[in-house]
Amino acid sequence: MKIEPNITIAKIAKNLGEGKISSVEICNHYLENFTKKNSVFNAILSINKEKILKSAEESDKRRKEGKVLSSYDGIPIAIKDNLCVEDEPCTCASKILEGFISPYDATVIKKIKAAGMIPFGRTNMDEFAMGSSCENSAYVKTRNPWDKDRVPGGSSGGSAASVALSIAPAALGSDTGGSIRQPAAFCGVVGLKPSYGIVSRYGLVAFASSLDQIGPFTNSVLDSAIVLDIIKGKDPMDCTSIDSKIANFAELLSQPYSIDGLRIGIPSECINCEGLDNVIKENFNESINLLKGLGAKIIEISFPHWKYSVSVYYVIATAEASANLARFDGIRYGLRAKTEKLSEIYLESRGLGFGEEVKRRILLGTFVLSSGYYDAYYRSAQKVRTLIRKDYDEAFKICDVILTPVTPTPPFTFNSKSTPLQMYLSDIFTISVNLAGNCAISVPSGITSDNLPLGVQFTAGFMREDILLKTSHIFELHRSIKSFIPPEN
Amino acid sequence: MNYIATIGLEVHIQIKTASKMFCSCKNSFGEPPNTLICPVCTGMPGVMPVPNKTAIVKTIMAGLMTGCDIAKFSKFDRKSYFYPDMPKNYQISQYDLPFCKNGKIHISGKAFSGAILNEKYIGITRIHLEEDVGKLNHFGRFSGIDFNRAGVPLMEIVSEPDINTPDEAYAYLTGLKEIMQYADISDCDMEKGQMRCDVNVSVRPEVQKEFGTKVEVKNLNSFRAVHRALTYEIERQIEMLKNGEKIYQETRGWNDDRGESYLMRRKESAHDYRYFPEPDLSPFIITDSEIEEIKRLLPELPAEKRKRFIRDYGVTEYDAEILTQDKFIADYFDSAVKLVSSPKTIANRIISDLLKELNDRKISITECKVKPEYLAEIVKSVSSGKITNTAGKDILSEVFNTGKEPNKIIDEKGLIQISDESSIAKIADEVISEFPSQVSEFRSGKEKVLQFLIGQVMKKTKGKANPQITAKILREKLSS
Repeated sequence: MKIEPNITIAKIAKNLGEGKISSVEICNHYLENFTKKNSVFNAILSINKEKILKSAEESDKRRKEGKVLSSYDGIPIAIKDNLCVEDEPCTCASKILEGFISPYDATVIKKIKAAGMIPFGRTNMDEFAMGSSCENSAYVKTRNPWDKDRVPGGSSGGSAASVALSIAPAALGSDTGGSIRQPAAFCGVVGLKPSYGIVSRYGLVAFASSLDQIGPFTNSVLDSAIVLDIIKGKDPMDCTSIDSKIANFAELLSQPYSIDGLRIGIPSECINCEGLDNVIKENFNESINLLKGLGAKIIEISFPHWKYSVSVYYVIATAEASANLARFDGIRYGLRAKTEKLSEIYLESRGLGFGEEVKRRILLGTFVLSSGYYDAYYRSAQKVRTLIRKDYDEAFKICDVILTPVTPTPPFTFNSKSTPLQMYLSDIFTISVNLAGNCAISVPSGITSDNLPLGVQFTAGFMREDILLKTSHIFELHRSIKSFIPPEN
Repeated sequence: MNYIATIGLEVHIQIKTASKMFCSCKNSFGEPPNTLICPVCTGMPGVMPVPNKTAIVKTIMAGLMTGCDIAKFSKFDRKSYFYPDMPKNYQISQYDLPFCKNGKIHISGKAFSGAILNEKYIGITRIHLEEDVGKLNHFGRFSGIDFNRAGVPLMEIVSEPDINTPDEAYAYLTGLKEIMQYADISDCDMEKGQMRCDVNVSVRPEVQKEFGTKVEVKNLNSFRAVHRALTYEIERQIEMLKNGEKIYQETRGWNDDRGESYLMRRKESAHDYRYFPEPDLSPFIITDSEIEEIKRLLPELPAEKRKRFIRDYGVTEYDAEILTQDKFIADYFDSAVKLVSSPKTIANRIISDLLKELNDRKISITECKVKPEYLAEIVKSVSSGKITNTAGKDILSEVFNTGKEPNKIIDEKGLIQISDESSIAKIADEVISEFPSQVSEFRSGKEKVLQFLIGQVMKKTKGKANPQITAKILREKLSS
């Protein structure tokens, strides 16, 4: 069997089940792609080929003996470098974790291993998931699979690029303010941010604990549902985790349904915002028309507090990050400066180990939590966060799903965002979803005349992955461009 | 001019649980370094805390037993500061919504110094729950960190500045310890670090309304050290005020060997811990029915127990006080007293003999080899006349050392008391003939010499002769 570019894991599973291909053949295929492409695109930071092939052999053996762990036994999946895999490095693309080997598996890793899936390479990212372009990686610059001079998005840019480049058929990433959805749009793949709590965060190196969520990058909406089914569930190790109401999202998508009469909300504030690229606007309107044609009702909704999302986000996320990143001190693991005095160990290890953006956010977070400023910044931000959540609650009274662009522009070139604030604004459509804890998905929706992929974002209410996946699945089936394969593939 | 001291205590108490506060590692003392650790309590990247329900229940129990209001809504917060014994460089603690608030401890009775305390309530500002930190060990040129203690559930109990004397501080601590032990919240063994105490003390002239500048004293390893340190510190501060010196807000250490406090650091400004709600833990909603359920777990309070001992066993108030000071002593009394007919004798044995032995050997009653049933056996043997009182004391000592059953010792050593008059009379005759000069002394009116002669009979019988009968026989023989 020939493995075509951007094959879905649903299809791989079918072929595996029919004995048309083995896990070793699949893994070898992706390892070849890795060897061919990674030196140019730098999607992957580290990979253990022997371990992957050994796992593949074990999977094939299980299959021969009729003891597969799931239909997806033997399928590789790339892992963002901020998820802990036992006995593997986990650098978070930071110098401060250089040489660190995780002593344990994250819950999502335990779950994918329990399904027989094979962790395949560690993907590049912005350092500690802070960034929207992967330019903040301390190690390498990941290039956009569609245009080498452009960024893949971030922070999970390596995961998005791996899937777009067929280095892996799926990948795991994390999304704190858009870190799955924005790179998915920039690389032309599907990126799902599940509702807060549906997927355990245990073993995800925390950036902003109240916003972080793990999710998949895939070649189809169905694949997203498949991976979500594998990784979701209440976890005794994460007491903010909860069970989703639906046991099997993939099965849900196999049942017939339509979006005839579905109410799709379009927030007027977002569509008319400053800095929205024309090419995005046009594509967005095409998407609206497509959905209308499928029977959906388009409803204009209002998001009075939407304009505060970026500000609120950068107070709350940095506050949490300032505490979360305090443990990187050179004492127990990771980089330690060669000095003897305790205060110097702290200052120099952190000075050498953290990059500029990480330092900026730690400083900002430390400031907003300090006494005398707490009320003005952190407490106010929490209040506005509640208002943003209420905006969503109001909106979901009159619509079922919200449609917005994912990003205000198509993928941008390296070094084109000259100030941090410009970079922060590239997440303007995605951030509020994390603040509210809702679920959202980025689905490829078009290709520009310069051959760059575009995406749209569907957002549904908390724990409404059912309606989110159904709607985006229908959209995917009916969009005019069927395949999103980068030119060189 | 008279001076008034104002004292506030900050007590940390480790909660007795099977596992740590936020992970499943064993909560235990004295294991080899870093053998009770996991990714969570060593702050590995990506880990998350899972709260220990027992620790929360026990904290609420502590609150209920000290008359606190229990929060209907509570949460954990992160307290940020860098120190190597703190794996995450933030401590999961509680800031503005502790589990318990506004409690009090009643103090009365005899004080540590021997004086009588004025009956008084000492207010408890709050009781909150947090995680303990690791322990630094210094080895000359380098230091090591033992994380076994990191993550052990720890209560912080903050008193109101209601305490005015070292005696009151001592009584407050005794009261707290009593409650914790009674409810099995903690063993409060200070040597194992299960109870730790920092004091804040200021002094002001009687005529002045506002408090003086407070000084914090740390490293207080026993209640006695707290008492001594406060006595020293109050005198030091009064002396400074008298000399017109300025008292700085500072942290001092206590050197118990030298009996003096020393400057550790002077506070320039309050440390900014940047507290904020712990996003990895959901807030707690505590319902009335849950509080009622916890109330059912509460043990008999020391005061109730004292009343019961006086009422049911007829012990004196003073004895009841001593017997209930420590829950384990009270439990001991409770189980021993059931086995004998004279509760008063058991109480006396415990207070005058057992506690003295325990004190001399510096061991706790739970480690004591004299089980309650053994003590009851000894008491029964003495009151039935089977053995003498002296033999009883000797046997107690021996059981203390060996843990042997008292009856076995009585048999082995042939300690059964001689009450048979003819046997004693025979030995009395021997003694009278061996000590003629003492005999004549007695006959000439020196009553005291009788004790010497009784002693000689005892010597010959190895203490087995019944002393009353011996005295009676000797008197008869000498007066005839």
